[in-house]
Amino acid sequence: MEFFRIKRDIPFMRHALLFNVISVVTFVLAVIFLATRGLNFGVDFRGGTVIEVQYAHAVDFNRVRTAIDKLQLGEFSVQAFGRSDTALIRLPLKEGVSSAQLSERVMGALKADDPSVTQQRVEFVGPQVGKELYENGALALLLVCFGIVAYLALRFEWRFAVATIAANLHDVVIILGFFALFQWEFSLPVLAAVLAVLGYSVNESVVIADRIRENFRKMRKASVTTVINNGITSTISRTIITHGSTLLMVMSIYFFGGETLHHFALALAIGICFGIYSSALVMAALVMWMGVSREDLVKPERRTSSADKILP
Amino acid sequence: MNRYPAWKYVVIVVALLLGALYTLPNFFPDVPAVQVSSTKAKIDTATLGTIEEALKAANVAFRGAALDATGIKVRFNDPDTQLKARDVLQTKLGDNYIVALNLLSSSPQWLAAIGALPMYLGLDLRGGVHFLLQVDMKAALDKAADRYTADLRSLLRKEKIQYGGISREGGNVVMRFRDDAERNKARAVIMQNFPDLAFREADGTGDLRLIATLKPEAQKRIQDGAVAQNIQILRNRVNELGVAEPIIQQQGAERVVVQLPGVQDTARAKDILGRTATLEIRMVNDDPGVLEAALAGHVPIGSDLFTERGGQPLVVRRQVVLTGDRINDAQPGFDQRTNEPAVHINLDGAGANIFKEVTRENVGKRMAIVLVEKGKAEVITAPVIREEIGGGRVQISGRMTTREANDTALLMRAGALAAPMEIVEERTVGPSLGAENITKGFDSVMYGFIVLAIFMCVYYQLMGVISTFALSVNLMLLVALLSMLQATLTLPGIAAIALTLGMAIDANVLINERIREELRWGATPHAALTAGYEHAWRTIVDSNVTTLIAGLALLIFGSGPVRGFAVVHCLGILTSLFSAVFVSRGVVAMIYGGRKKLERISIGQVWKPGVAAAAPTKA
Repeated sequence: MEFFRIKRDIPFMRHALLFNVISVVTFVLAVIFLATRGLNFGVDFRGGTVIEVQYAHAVDFNRVRTAIDKLQLGEFSVQAFGRSDTALIRLPLKEGVSSAQLSERVMGALKADDPSVTQQRVEFVGPQVGKELYENGALALLLVCFGIVAYLALRFEWRFAVATIAANLHDVVIILGFFALFQWEFSLPVLAAVLAVLGYSVNESVVIADRIRENFRKMRKASVTTVINNGITSTISRTIITHGSTLLMVMSIYFFGGETLHHFALALAIGICFGIYSSALVMAALVMWMGVSREDLVKPERRTSSADKILP
Repeated sequence: MNRYPAWKYVVIVVALLLGALYTLPNFFPDVPAVQVSSTKAKIDTATLGTIEEALKAANVAFRGAALDATGIKVRFNDPDTQLKARDVLQTKLGDNYIVALNLLSSSPQWLAAIGALPMYLGLDLRGGVHFLLQVDMKAALDKAADRYTADLRSLLRKEKIQYGGISREGGNVVMRFRDDAERNKARAVIMQNFPDLAFREADGTGDLRLIATLKPEAQKRIQDGAVAQNIQILRNRVNELGVAEPIIQQQGAERVVVQLPGVQDTARAKDILGRTATLEIRMVNDDPGVLEAALAGHVPIGSDLFTERGGQPLVVRRQVVLTGDRINDAQPGFDQRTNEPAVHINLDGAGANIFKEVTRENVGKRMAIVLVEKGKAEVITAPVIREEIGGGRVQISGRMTTREANDTALLMRAGALAAPMEIVEERTVGPSLGAENITKGFDSVMYGFIVLAIFMCVYYQLMGVISTFALSVNLMLLVALLSMLQATLTLPGIAAIALTLGMAIDANVLINERIREELRWGATPHAALTAGYEHAWRTIVDSNVTTLIAGLALLIFGSGPVRGFAVVHCLGILTSLFSAVFVSRGVVAMIYGGRKKLERISIGQVWKPGVAAAAPTKA
């Protein structure tokens, strides 16, 4: 069985402009959603309390709301969470009320209303901790970007480094755009997913960059465009199969991993899909436009490497 | 060609054996157990004997009792016997021992002896409570300044230095003097006795001031001390709860993490831990007319108006005689003469001296035991001092029920915090949700793996089977490594296992595709295998380094569940490098390496395009 029977190199770079226009449009849309709707930060970053409760029967949301409303805790929300008998209650931070008291008061009120309710989970994050988690998240993102650029610049060439990080950061922005558009909750695990995707997509770009470099050595007379086209074409089957495999695992997390991991899996799935696109089509085009040439990658002292021996 | 040196096989076999050995404990189910530990009494083989006898006498069947560094663990067949055994043991051993319920792995002793333990599950998987507590450092410094104010006052009196007044203002102690000579004298004396203080002079209208401030290094010492003391007190409180494997650790300069795995009654845990109380013993201001004046709104300077438990108003002097950290022990009991419920308190040396002095000077007066909780003070009890009390053994009795005596003793015994603490983060997961999370995590790994394995085997045939084998090895090594390091496994951590497997297949696909490609361009099977592995190796390393960078960043900046994700992610990259390249290559060499004339590789159909298409790459 062989899925990809590609007869000749696909002229990806002929459509480089189109791909980048699509990219820019998605990117701009994502930025617009981020700017207008903003991210729906979870309790991890914003501070506040989340209580997951389970009933012996389907949740009667109105009754839950009425019961909590009596406590006058400010703006709260009650949502379904995965199953019909489970509800997620979100409460804002409140001055002078400790988390311990808060969840107990809510549980007390709910128990009085319906004794079958049980508390499954409580998460409380104070304002200071929320701010720190937010800052640490931003720092982690910066560190990842810096680390990757440094590594790629060292291993390849600055054009690849810049193109790769640009292509992959645009994935990150697009994931965030989705989260802003649909107002999915942005929590710590989602941030972890975003960073993992960043590392993973870069990995994809590396494979293609590696092949382009190899082609520069092997295909002595070919033009830069041909070299890049061939590089992408010869890795595309691998790209799609590996991404398909990873996506498969992510879907498995999405369907079996439970509600807690839903958004985590979603972020990964979006990131993986856009990762294929951006590393194959956007990164290579950027490298081309930045004017990469054979001399940049194939340094004289490398002439003795094994790649050269295969094809004299 | 494609033979593999023997030492590499040895490495692979050793890795597989070790992997299997350390994965093994995870397959044994958990059994209910009771864990006996103590901070007060010694636990040795004699205790073990007592426990075994007590259980036998009560006809409680147990699967074995063992003594280790943390205490004695007794395993049972079912939760009912476990509960019964706890009651039996608690009654037999008394309050000096903590008898906690726990779940322990039923893996055999020899596995535990070589350090092969099941993976350490995080709170979101086993259920429990996680708190992050912030120590109020300003309060700690204010309290220190309070103490210095009292100390300086008695020092100045002792040295007979004339001073106009002494008070705490913020974190400073301000002393007023009438003339410069006295001020200088005071400064010299204080500097000699309290080297931690720095001085500043300020002249207000009509008086000369000397302002004492804590030196920065002393401030730091006090803050560190406050955190350390609070941790100790939290330990005591957690011990009262009877938790099997509590974690209480300092995090950063002023925070404390408390993790109580498997706690079922989270409300009670919060109640006892969240009791951010400090205990103070102060004198009651019983001067005639003071109470009436205070009730009318004129509380005398240096005093506070409090309400006693039971509703009686009370004027209490602000000066603190003793703080809770001087209390060694407090036990409920009965007054030997009147048989009333009482609390017996045992003070430490310094506390005993102060107490002796204070009680001698104040016979017939009342002292108040004040519990300060988040800025609100409550008088637990205000007994009358009947006589001078020396030796540090104090009894409080009168107007108390047995229950009140119990509560008061518990509060005093659990100690007073050096500074108040506030819960800044809380994550509580019920035990049933934890079990559910394990199932869900396991399912997502399993189903994903099965589909992936089927795809690989169909698409790449024998090479796919080898890849699947390498992937299983990866999974096993990852689990073994997590067990060995006892890294905390969280739900995002399980997700990371699934994700790592999905990403690890990348290396295998890379190799297989490369081999196909080499075959496509006419390489011999042996050359294709060699070239495939060689070329793929560099790419694999490159791409894994970038993933590792992301993982490390998460490890550095992540906290809680995300850190669990990062740990697994990073370890997974390492194991996948090993299994995808080293192990799979070894298997390939074993299957194909011995054949001199290799006709074809079972890697699925290799589709060959026409000659025209082949031209560009060969150009």
